Amino acid sequence: MDVVNQLQRQFIDYSASLHREGFLDDQFTQLQKLQDDNSPDFVVEVASLFFEDCEKLINNMARALEQQQGVDFKQVDASVHQLKGSSSSIGAMRVKDVCIAFRSFCEAQNREGCLRCLQQVTHEYSLLKNKLQTLFRLQQQILAAGGSIPVVE
Amino acid sequence: MTVEQIGSEGKDQFPIGMRVLAVDDDPTCLLLLGTLLRRCQYHVTTTSQAKTALKMLRENKNKFDLVISDVHMPDMDGFKLLEHVGLEMDLPVIMLSANGDTKLVMKGITHGACDYLLKPVRIEELQNIWQHVVRRKKKDRCNSGSKEKPHPDSGEAAGIGNVDNNGKLNKKRKDQNEDEDYERDENGHDNEDPSAQKKPRVVWSVELHRKFVAAVNQLGIDKAVPKKILELMNVEKLTRENVASHLQKFRLYLKRISCVANQQANMAAALGTADSAYLRMGSLNGLGNFHTLAGSDQLHNAAFRSFPPSGVLGRLNTPAGLGIRGLPSPGTIQLGHVQNSGNPTNDLSKLQSFVPGNHNTNILQGMPMSLELDRLQHNKSVGHIGELPTTDSTTVFPGSGNLVDARITGFSNNPLLGVTSNSLMLEGSSQQATSHTSVSAIGFQNGNALSDFTSIAPASNQLQDSKAGSQGQASPINCNAGQIIRSAPQEWNAPRKDAPYQSHASINSSIPINSAMIQLGQCLDRNNSIFHKTTDLDSVGPLNFVDPLSIKHGEGDNSIMEPSVIEKEGYLMFQPRPHGSHVPDNIGSLEDLASAMMKQADATVIL
Repeated sequence: MDVVNQLQRQFIDYSASLHREGFLDDQFTQLQKLQDDNSPDFVVEVASLFFEDCEKLINNMARALEQQQGVDFKQVDASVHQLKGSSSSIGAMRVKDVCIAFRSFCEAQNREGCLRCLQQVTHEYSLLKNKLQTLFRLQQQILAAGGSIPVVE
Repeated sequence: MTVEQIGSEGKDQFPIGMRVLAVDDDPTCLLLLGTLLRRCQYHVTTTSQAKTALKMLRENKNKFDLVISDVHMPDMDGFKLLEHVGLEMDLPVIMLSANGDTKLVMKGITHGACDYLLKPVRIEELQNIWQHVVRRKKKDRCNSGSKEKPHPDSGEAAGIGNVDNNGKLNKKRKDQNEDEDYERDENGHDNEDPSAQKKPRVVWSVELHRKFVAAVNQLGIDKAVPKKILELMNVEKLTRENVASHLQKFRLYLKRISCVANQQANMAAALGTADSAYLRMGSLNGLGNFHTLAGSDQLHNAAFRSFPPSGVLGRLNTPAGLGIRGLPSPGTIQLGHVQNSGNPTNDLSKLQSFVPGNHNTNILQGMPMSLELDRLQHNKSVGHIGELPTTDSTTVFPGSGNLVDARITGFSNNPLLGVTSNSLMLEGSSQQATSHTSVSAIGFQNGNALSDFTSIAPASNQLQDSKAGSQGQASPINCNAGQIIRSAPQEWNAPRKDAPYQSHASINSSIPINSAMIQLGQCLDRNNSIFHKTTDLDSVGPLNFVDPLSIKHGEGDNSIMEPSVIEKEGYLMFQPRPHGSHVPDNIGSLEDLASAMMKQADATVIL
């Protein structure tokens, strides 16, 4: 029980810090609320999908921006738009914010600006991925120890 | 997710178990959306492809209550999907996007979305989406209630104008009505008993549509507002909402027609109609006044031109052909509806897509019409054009877009597609509304901006009526057909060599084809016999409608070969008669044709 409590407290603290630092926003909390007995791995599932999607989109953007002949900003914009949509759906606030800036660079057809944003997006994405993985690990530990995941408001 | 098991039981506990189709190419969002919806206790189906979604929707019109779709999708634009769904299935659609730009939201509204949500979607927002389904049902119920009126009545009214010279037609109509009712039941669009139906729809009969178009013309398309239109129309039990949604479709149709005008030519080509007349018709500019065939002569030349004579008709045999030709939505819708019949559905879908202005000439090919035709052939006389959506006065001329000019009034859901055995066009019932637009589009494909799109097939609702109407109202068509035919014959010439009509060919054949056009003339009496021209209805754009429709009539009336005039809209669907036996060569006028048809025991629809 002690172990469980400890783990749970760790979980709560970690969650809070993620929210505080802007990695996650309220949407993530909503996701956690959706998780229930019928779909016990819901959050993990959504997060995994998101990571996969993110990687794919980042690759698309990189490829499009690398075109020496001429960058197809429409294509880049489409990818950014999608990334924005999925990051906001999962609650990845920082990623989403970068996307917003990214879009304006696309509209301005500013290749440098886009490349910078792409870098930022990649960075934020890896950061988030690590953090979420840590969080999920904690979750698993709690469950393994027989406890339940506390709901963080 | 047990919620998914709810299935039919859910209906009783509405909104629990409401069947939602969610479309989003982003897997993360789709998973989230699906989960949220399930949490709201809806029955959810998800897909990441818009095309798959459309396919699912077309497979079974009654499979879903609501559609939620993302705006930005790689395989198809969300707005396009929205249009399709609105026209073909008339289901409420909610748009979803990460982008909440006012312009986009406005676009959603103009395309007919009933709501626009921003991502990330919250569950609270989804908990109330069922209201859109209820609202629509209610509206349909009211509409159908007011319109429902026994088709025979409306049919008569519609046909009225010219109608029936023939008592038989009346009879047919009645029979047809029964058939239609039956069909309708099958489809679940039973206007007769809206309360019992899941989705009662307003039936825009030919007559009604004609009034609508007249009102719009009077006010000027730009100034036409539902309230004023309603006042001018002065129809009891018609609500402002009915008019508003009909107007919306009409406008979409107009827009579409003007865009597709050129495509008409393409389509004609696609249809394979050798007849270039059809293509020429594309330029039917003359159609300009296609008034609802209700008698306006305008159609005559114009209308006819647009209908590629037999060539098109020939194609019409295939239900698809019919639909495409210009059968604006009604046709398409019909097709969609036809689905009930089963085969046609697929084809119809094509048509339907066609309608929205897509020139899917292919549709013709796919059209189940052929199926229908077969059916007709075996069945009774096809005379059943009734299927033709007799949208009011919109004489939807399938004819290459040109019809557009004409007031395609008759074009009610034209059973044109009627081919699909009943459900075809008429089913449109609910779709009818949407079909209008599409129908018009089709007919008008000929690029002519329908200046007077008065009649653009109100089809959607009409279809329902058309069923009833078509029944036996070959006569109405005749009347108009005669007129039309006379005038336009020239163009028709075409291809019909084989068609018995050849001679009348231009006219006669036109008639059938024109019938579609005639519809213009409102001949659409319900049962306008659809002239099926086996041969080539080629350009007969509108013809498309006819045939199937006429065939439909066939249901019980073998003898009725009357040109299946699209009842509703006056859209004559001439279906090329598969057999070719049809109409005697010398039918100089529609009337003659009609009589000839009637005489023919052969069910084949004459086109």
